[in-house]
Amino acid sequence: MNQFTRILEGIGSTVLLFGRSVAYLPTLPRQFGRFIEQCYLIGYTTLPIVAILSFFIGSVLALQAGYSMENFGGKQFIGSLVGLSMARELGPMMAAILLAGRVGSAIAAELASMKVYQEVDALVTMNIPPPRMLVMPRLAAVVFMMPVLAIIANLVGWFGGAIICSVTDSIAIDPASYFSTMRMFLKFKDVVNGLIKAEIFGLTVVLVCCNIGLNTRGGPREIGAAVTRAVVVSLILILVLDYFVTKLLTLM
Amino acid sequence: MPTATTPTSPPNLPAGNDGAVGVAIEDLSKRFGTFEVLKNVSFTVQPGEIFVLMGPSGSGKSVLLKHIVGLEMPTSGRVTIDGLDAAAEKTRERVRMALVFQAGALFNSMSVYDNLALYPREHRMASEAGIRDKVMRALQILSLETAAQKFPSELSGGMKKRVAIARALVVEPQLMLYDEPTSELDPVMSATISEIIATLREQYHVTTIVVSHDRDLALNIADRVGILMGGKLVSLGPRSALREPADPRVADFLNPKINLKNPRFKQLES
Repeated sequence: MNQFTRILEGIGSTVLLFGRSVAYLPTLPRQFGRFIEQCYLIGYTTLPIVAILSFFIGSVLALQAGYSMENFGGKQFIGSLVGLSMARELGPMMAAILLAGRVGSAIAAELASMKVYQEVDALVTMNIPPPRMLVMPRLAAVVFMMPVLAIIANLVGWFGGAIICSVTDSIAIDPASYFSTMRMFLKFKDVVNGLIKAEIFGLTVVLVCCNIGLNTRGGPREIGAAVTRAVVVSLILILVLDYFVTKLLTLM
Repeated sequence: MPTATTPTSPPNLPAGNDGAVGVAIEDLSKRFGTFEVLKNVSFTVQPGEIFVLMGPSGSGKSVLLKHIVGLEMPTSGRVTIDGLDAAAEKTRERVRMALVFQAGALFNSMSVYDNLALYPREHRMASEAGIRDKVMRALQILSLETAAQKFPSELSGGMKKRVAIARALVVEPQLMLYDEPTSELDPVMSATISEIIATLREQYHVTTIVVSHDRDLALNIADRVGILMGGKLVSLGPRSALREPADPRVADFLNPKINLKNPRFKQLES
């Protein structure tokens, strides 16, 4: 029961924090410096790891597809399989998971230590609302950067698949036919669906990590616990939301 | 009439503000779970007064301070500043107040200069050049000019406290609150901080509430002193009353005798 009320409390405070932060959106032009800084942290620093991981996800997808489709002679459709899987599912998901690990943990740690060392209290007494200065620029930055990360994840994954298909003897599909089957089955709508998912995941991760950070109480040990909780909750939410968002998007 | 006629005022101090506010604490109680931290505490602080709140550790002094700045909500009773409810967010917009935290609560990711400049920048009090003037003046008052580009992690304890005071000063507060400003400092630095607190009140006529268990500070700069014990206000009066306290608990708190024959921790055991 106690656990249940804590979950409800968490959901409530997250929604409240979202509302409060969005209300400060008009102050974005004044906080442009912070917005750019967050774009750099969220987008630029996450980019290399997103690219590396997506490359191998695309490659593995191609390898596995080549292996399993060989049985019924569907190898020529590898391109469309990799294309659709990356665009609709794995690109956004990988970007979000890496965002949680790389950026979400950093956000939770920073805000939790600001809270524990009373910096957040200091902001409140100075009549600078923490959602305005600490949360809103991060949310704006993730909304701006998440599609970029997801698109790059898609592109790198597609190319990873193409390279593996052409260099693996057992598959041996040249990039031209790989991409032509991809273009045949992959619609613009699929990519857009993926980007909508990426936006939802990204916003959720940043919001949850901010909220957990700002609600930390105690000392150094609690900062560590907050980071762990932020990442775990983010990962669970990504996967749970993934199901419901996918369901919703296929209905539309 | 020229304004710079007061001979006592150093030329580098900004003009004092006369918007000092009074604080009224009415029947304030606060409970955390089942633990009652404050029990029906009532007192008022006059505009421009230095009020020192003393008491043993854990007596609820800091919690009381947090109620005044609106960081904690009362379980019952209320705190008003200039007639406005301290718990309301609007009050922080109407009354400029600054709290000097015990540990400083400086923003660790910013330089000392940016720590001080944050408030005027966020509230657009002046142009960047004007803010620079304000910040440098505050640093000058506390002899911290050389620390402007340093980060909080590079500062000593005493410097951190002074930076925290400088940061509060930039707010140009009508109400200034200090949480244990002299704890963890050597005697000379403690005296310096007491002097700073008193000087700032003289210059700016700012209402000042100090939470401390520093006897020297209370005996030298307080207009009135309140003593909080176990969540209750047990004594309230001018600082002269501290020299001969009537209440034995207060007397013991202010002048504890070190008794090696019958130490306190053993008295507690029996």
